Amino acid sequence: MIAPGTAQGVQLGRARAEAQANVELNLWQRSKQLLFDATGVAVAALMLFPIYWMVATAFKPGRDILALTPKWFPSPFTLQNFRDAIARPFFLEDVRNSVIIVAVMLALALAIAFLAAVGTARFGFKGRTAFLVMIIGVQMVPLNALIIPLYLMLDSVGQVDALPGVIAVYLAAVLPFMVWTLRGFVANIPVELEESAMIDGCTRVGAFFRITFPLVGPGLVATAIFGFIQAWNEYIIAYVLLSSPTNQTLTVWLASFTTNHGPEWGPLMAGATLTGLPVVAFFLVLQRYLAGGLTAGAVKG
Amino acid sequence: MGVAVSAPDLEPGPLMLRRRAWLRSNLLPYALISPSVAVIGGILAFPLGMLVWLSLQHYGLRELIAHQGRWVGLDNYRSIVVDPLFHQVIVRSLLFTFACVVLTLVLSTLLSLLLLKVRRVVRVLVMSALVFVWATPVIVSVDIWQWMFDYEFGVMNYLLTQLHVGNFIHHNWFDNPVQGLGVLVLVVVWGAIPFVTITLFAGLLQVPSDVIDAAHVDGADAWQRFWFVTAPILKPIFLIVTCLSTIWDFGVFNQIYVMLNARPSSDYFTIAIYSYRESFGVTQYGLGASIAVVMVIVLVVVTFFYVRETVKVAEIA
Repeated sequence: MIAPGTAQGVQLGRARAEAQANVELNLWQRSKQLLFDATGVAVAALMLFPIYWMVATAFKPGRDILALTPKWFPSPFTLQNFRDAIARPFFLEDVRNSVIIVAVMLALALAIAFLAAVGTARFGFKGRTAFLVMIIGVQMVPLNALIIPLYLMLDSVGQVDALPGVIAVYLAAVLPFMVWTLRGFVANIPVELEESAMIDGCTRVGAFFRITFPLVGPGLVATAIFGFIQAWNEYIIAYVLLSSPTNQTLTVWLASFTTNHGPEWGPLMAGATLTGLPVVAFFLVLQRYLAGGLTAGAVKG
Repeated sequence: MGVAVSAPDLEPGPLMLRRRAWLRSNLLPYALISPSVAVIGGILAFPLGMLVWLSLQHYGLRELIAHQGRWVGLDNYRSIVVDPLFHQVIVRSLLFTFACVVLTLVLSTLLSLLLLKVRRVVRVLVMSALVFVWATPVIVSVDIWQWMFDYEFGVMNYLLTQLHVGNFIHHNWFDNPVQGLGVLVLVVVWGAIPFVTITLFAGLLQVPSDVIDAAHVDGADAWQRFWFVTAPILKPIFLIVTCLSTIWDFGVFNQIYVMLNARPSSDYFTIAIYSYRESFGVTQYGLGASIAVVMVIVLVVVTFFYVRETVKVAEIA
């Protein structure tokens, strides 16, 4: 038995108080952590709600969409809206146009941007700074401002309402960013890697294609994602330049999705889901390639 | 004898080889950048020059058919300077941009700081939500928000009424341009938060934790640690996202144009829509071009600092 006031008792009391304080601190920290986590979950829910609402509406039958008290889940589940959206005139043509524009544009842009990235990252030459300033400078000009001259220019060469005109404009629009980003990727790959391959008997071109090119892969993927999203999502240029419905892109098709009786929300949301799907898929599938650090530690010192 | 003389021509000597290598290594970089220069010069720089030239012309439907404008000097600029609608448009565009940029930056900064505090699972969840929003095409997002703010069956009116914010049954948000533009700010900010948050978060991860700890030991509270330690380190990133947001929001077109079903009333005109209307709506391409030139000038002034900073970084690298 320990009498209160003796040395042992005081020590025990102190330890007990300390433990108590620890528990309190722990509780405080844990509730703070819980608060942060709850806020994070709430933010995620708020940000995602519009997208959820689009998908939920797309799967609802018409009478559930036009309900004064909204139904939170598409409980009688239907694919009718998607059938309606696909059956609307020009859907397939416009999907084809979007795919052609994006594919041709990306192939050209990646090739051209890669050459310029190598040129500016691997060589010093007169006018290099001027070129880089131009690359950054033109990104400051919104494409919206250039619609008038672009329209007149393409009109005079007969490329209004034709896909090549739009491809050319998109190419120019994404190129500056692509060159700039790829340049960073190429510059981050140590020249020593190429040089050691050349010592081992590779030619300069061989060393480039066997060593540098594979390592720039993630950079090419990253810029390809960027270009894909920009071109797939672009609206105003396509809207102004492509006037006939068979030549339009998916975003123009989607934006003109109203009837005389106002928008049909079900098919519209289904169409919106279909338009957004490729971009989300592209993002999610290719995201793992974006992990950098492939060359980390390849050269020491 | 003759063989000896012609030998250097048949077999290139070391001097000539070196000369050819010199030429190649000197011309190679120019060859590499020439396709980019051609595309950017032809499809961005040339139209920019043409825009300025057009703004000095009378260029209507007749001129469009004849491919020949009529020189009027600064007349287009004189007419927009005295145009009261243009003054409204400029003020509206600036206010809209200011609201969007400030909201985007404040919310994104808070969110990126929150991302540092939450546990891993929650961080992955928030990041995935951000990536989903980021990947949503602008036109798709406009359609979604249009549906959510529908006056009759929109989920927003229902929620606001249920939450007793007021009676929003059959409330048309776009009758009143201030409310309508408020909704549009929401659409723009929602779409802009992912890019800015992820960029800022990436920046925050670069801030060395020992500096923060040192400030902590010295007795700085959370606000002081952010304002005096984190924020100055992140300054270049803040500068970049502010400038990019300003460019995107000042030139806003798609959200407003599509939200109002391609028929925005003049209460909703921002500078890009006004320029579009003047040129493609009433076929006054010269006038539209002069408005677009004003837009570019404002942006060049605003983004001058961004370009300077970025070029500085590029020269160090």
